[in-house]
Amino acid sequence: MSQETIIVVGNGMVGCKFCATLVEKDADKRFKLITFCEESHPAYDRVHLSEYFSGKTAEDLMLQPESWYAENGIELHLEDKVVSIDREKKSVTSAKGVELVYDKLILATGSSPFVPPVPGIEKEGVFVYRTIEDLEGMMDYAKKATKAAVIGGGLLGLEAAKASQDLGMETHVIEFMSRLMPRQVDDAGGEILKGIIEERGLSVHLNKATTNIAGDGKVEAMEFKDGSSLGVDMIIVSAGIRPRDELARECGLEVGPRGGVVVNDNLLTSDPDIFAIGEVALYNNFIYGLVAPGYKMADIVATQLLGGEGAFQGADMSTKLKLIGTDVASFGNIEPKEEHKDIVITDPVRGIYKRLITTTDGKLLLGGILIGDADAYGNLLQMTLNEMELPEDPMALILPAGSGEAPSFGPGSLPDTAQICSCEDVSKGSICEAIEGGARTIPELKSCTKAGTGCGGCVPLLTNLLNHQLEEMGEEVNTDLCEHFSHTRQELYRIVRTTGIDNFDSLIEAHGNGGRGCEICKPAVGSILASVYNDKVISQGNRKLQDTNDRFLANIQKNGTYSVVPRVPGGEITADKLITIGEVSKEYDLYVKITGGQRIDMFGAKVNDLPKIWEKLIAAGFESGHAYGKALRTIKSCVGSTWCRFGVQDSTGMAIMLENRYKGIRSPHKLKSAVSGCTRECAEAQSKDFGVIATENGWNLYLGGNGGMKPRHADLFATDLDDDTLVAYIDRFLMYYIKTADKLTRTSVWVDSLEGGIEHLKDVIINDSLGLCEELDKQMQHLVDTYHCEWKDAVEDPEKLKRFKHFGNSESTDPNIKFVRERDQIRPANEDELATV
Amino acid sequence: MSDIVENGTWQEIGPTDDFVVDLGVCVQNGDDQVAVFRLAEDEWYATQNLCPHQKQMVLSRGLTGDVKGEPKITCPLHKRSFSLRSGEFLGEGEMDCLKVYEVKSEAGKVFLKL
Ligand SMILES: Cc1cc2nc3c(=O)[nH]c(=O)nc-3n(C[C@H](O)[C@H](O)[C@H](O)COP(=O)(O)OP(=O)(O)OC[C@H]3O[C@@H](n4cnc5c(N)ncnc54)[C@H](O)[C@@H]3O)c2cc1C
Ligand code: SF4
Ligand code: SF4
Repeated sequence: MSQETIIVVGNGMVGCKFCATLVEKDADKRFKLITFCEESHPAYDRVHLSEYFSGKTAEDLMLQPESWYAENGIELHLEDKVVSIDREKKSVTSAKGVELVYDKLILATGSSPFVPPVPGIEKEGVFVYRTIEDLEGMMDYAKKATKAAVIGGGLLGLEAAKASQDLGMETHVIEFMSRLMPRQVDDAGGEILKGIIEERGLSVHLNKATTNIAGDGKVEAMEFKDGSSLGVDMIIVSAGIRPRDELARECGLEVGPRGGVVVNDNLLTSDPDIFAIGEVALYNNFIYGLVAPGYKMADIVATQLLGGEGAFQGADMSTKLKLIGTDVASFGNIEPKEEHKDIVITDPVRGIYKRLITTTDGKLLLGGILIGDADAYGNLLQMTLNEMELPEDPMALILPAGSGEAPSFGPGSLPDTAQICSCEDVSKGSICEAIEGGARTIPELKSCTKAGTGCGGCVPLLTNLLNHQLEEMGEEVNTDLCEHFSHTRQELYRIVRTTGIDNFDSLIEAHGNGGRGCEICKPAVGSILASVYNDKVISQGNRKLQDTNDRFLANIQKNGTYSVVPRVPGGEITADKLITIGEVSKEYDLYVKITGGQRIDMFGAKVNDLPKIWEKLIAAGFESGHAYGKALRTIKSCVGSTWCRFGVQDSTGMAIMLENRYKGIRSPHKLKSAVSGCTRECAEAQSKDFGVIATENGWNLYLGGNGGMKPRHADLFATDLDDDTLVAYIDRFLMYYIKTADKLTRTSVWVDSLEGGIEHLKDVIINDSLGLCEELDKQMQHLVDTYHCEWKDAVEDPEKLKRFKHFGNSESTDPNIKFVRERDQIRPANEDELATV
Repeated sequence: MSDIVENGTWQEIGPTDDFVVDLGVCVQNGDDQVAVFRLAEDEWYATQNLCPHQKQMVLSRGLTGDVKGEPKITCPLHKRSFSLRSGEFLGEGEMDCLKVYEVKSEAGKVFLKL
């Protein structure tokens, strides 16, 4: 029987493997093998290419000795390249002019490094990292170079960077994306890798797009899109690979839109006599850039040619390698789909990052990444490949041995029956179910459980619960403020503090995601600016950020009218002031009610009347009560030792002093307080954000209490304080809350969410464990010193006064507002009544 | 100087400078009310002032902003958002759309097509 001829184009790792496999299987010598090798060395171990720098020779790296080819009857055309394929004649032509006929053709041309078309990239001193020749060139050039940059922070780029450093050059890694190994790891993992790499003396530059390579003929500097530049005398490009499909393209074989020769399960191209294997083959729209899948392809083609059956069904992309002395492993699918679970642990101190991706139900492992400690790789790979069921807590698989469980605080400790949203009667249990069922954001939870869709009062608790559950499940929590800012309120507060930015437009421009802002970020930023600078909330640039309450310095009610609450510090009021309130209420026909915070609320005021009402109140000595703001509301008090026979301190005096100190300060949420004159606690101080109870020796301070929807007893923070210490502690408590609480979070929820809870607060406020006290004291003093009555400011400024009108084009009030009388006062007309009034 | 068009006339509603960027102003139109919003030097929108949820004349006092680039107004009463371009409700569930009006600024004056 006459032999059939197989020509293998490309004698790289996969082409060579194919030859070896075929020779081994073809006992009857049915096939004659011919291979073209463009390079000057026959196939060598590209995977271990870097070892060429550490002393290995080309011979050491060779997969088969040069004599092997002849010994096995393989015709090797070294340093000769196939330049065309004639599919009709079934022949190939080489650069040296050899023309040979084939029965079957194998394309194993591999890939070439992608070199981005940056101006100047052709200059002397720019290298790629793929062949022994590339490395020889680099070694030669490095003799006169001292500073090198690697373009590309992926796996290969980092390997090239290590090589460059080993050549004695100061080495910089330039990455276009915001993290290293952007395809394999997320931001946290990238951050840890960066740490590891910098520790080894390499410089890492992220978010750098190279726009030009400067130099007179040879590389002298790189210039970046952000205007910066870096002086270097050598550049190694490692920006990805491109399949070498040029031959296939020219002879009309089907190629993918982004390159690669399209193959089917049999690894056949669109021509039934031509196979493609290795990095040039595009299977299922995917290029397998690793050697193992290529070897598998080689084996399948050899098997088929010898009459056996074989089909390629994709290959595992798992790898474990040492990158710059650090274990890096990835296995299975590392590009999770949205429905998958993502479990991440990071330890920046020890340089460890581990990430597992599981199915939605958490039962099966789909893939993962291990950096810094890849001991679990083998086990995890097995679990993935064999679809073994995961243990209850997959996290345990990647936790270092012996680490205990973190103590739980806050929403974790609530029973499942706990009602979270009272409007819609939604329990913790049903919310957790929804989270397990895939809800990941508050809007999603709202639409599937209805929780938080009523008054919205439960949203902070809902948020806490969601974050807690997600953390439990090991998922990353999205804490972005809104679509306009990928920061939490706390981060924005810090940004404002450190950058000195004092307006919304600059903040969204420099630290936002573009756009105009929204009802979430505008008031949040408005509040932050007020907390930091204490500028007027309705001054020019700030006014547009405020919700209607802050914008009109009054509380909007259901019919669009406002209520007016003057400050009554400590609940102490004179007869004259009471008379003024009576007169004003009578004149403007306002509904009057005593509030729970020991003051008086006047309802039903029309926008147009607000300034006139304030003027009268101010004239009688009143100030704004900030009932409209996320700010201090009231400090209730009992009469204490002044009148009460049980009282041991002047609780009213203390309440007035504290209220005057903290009035007007903007915070993440409203603040309430109370002072009681003895332990009988008539002022209910333990249900307040900060509560003070008199003792024989001074004052006990309670923090983090709340009444309302989710009552919480305040925690005892310190006992028997003198006046000055009491004030100092409250100062720090409030500033620390303003600094670190999320938006619209009451102190009760905040204290529970702090790791260590009240004990942590004691550490920070009493022992100054974070070294923050001086800063907090100073910041509070600034707020106290810059207090202003917002009503007074408004009535004295004609520009601001202009805004207190219902219509822009007329002085009338809103004719749609209708009242009826009930128990001798007004109230908004309901729908049925509207027709009749 | 009103310019008669197909289904309305341009009516002058005040000097351009009276409209603060990013804020709304309520305009009286007989018994009806229109909320006019200026989102940039020369970017104008106008909708009915009535919030379709609570049936109160309050939209002009809401916060403006955008959701994925779509300019919107958020009602001050219950934070319902509506597109300023189409008047469409941007939240979950059922809610009437807002009526939208044409508005422009010319030679220092603002005109609303009523
Ligand atoms: C520095 C480095 C480190 C790597 N590390 C790893 C690793 O740790 N793990 C891993 O799995 N993979 C690694 N890889 C990838 C691995 O080397 C490739 O997946 C593998 O070499 C692909 O084999 P191939 O035969 O398809 O292509 P190649 O090995 O590139 O061989 C193709 C050959 O064909 C030749 N050729 C092309 N066109 C023609 C033509 N027209 N005529 C004749 N000859 C032609 C080329 O010159 C080349 O010699 C690494 C790669 C590099 C560069
Ligand atoms: S518990 Fe949830 S919230 Fe309330 S009153 Fe509320 S929405 Fe309503
Ligand atoms: S708390 Fe004590 S001091 Fe104050 S009223 Fe009650 S009993 Fe009197």
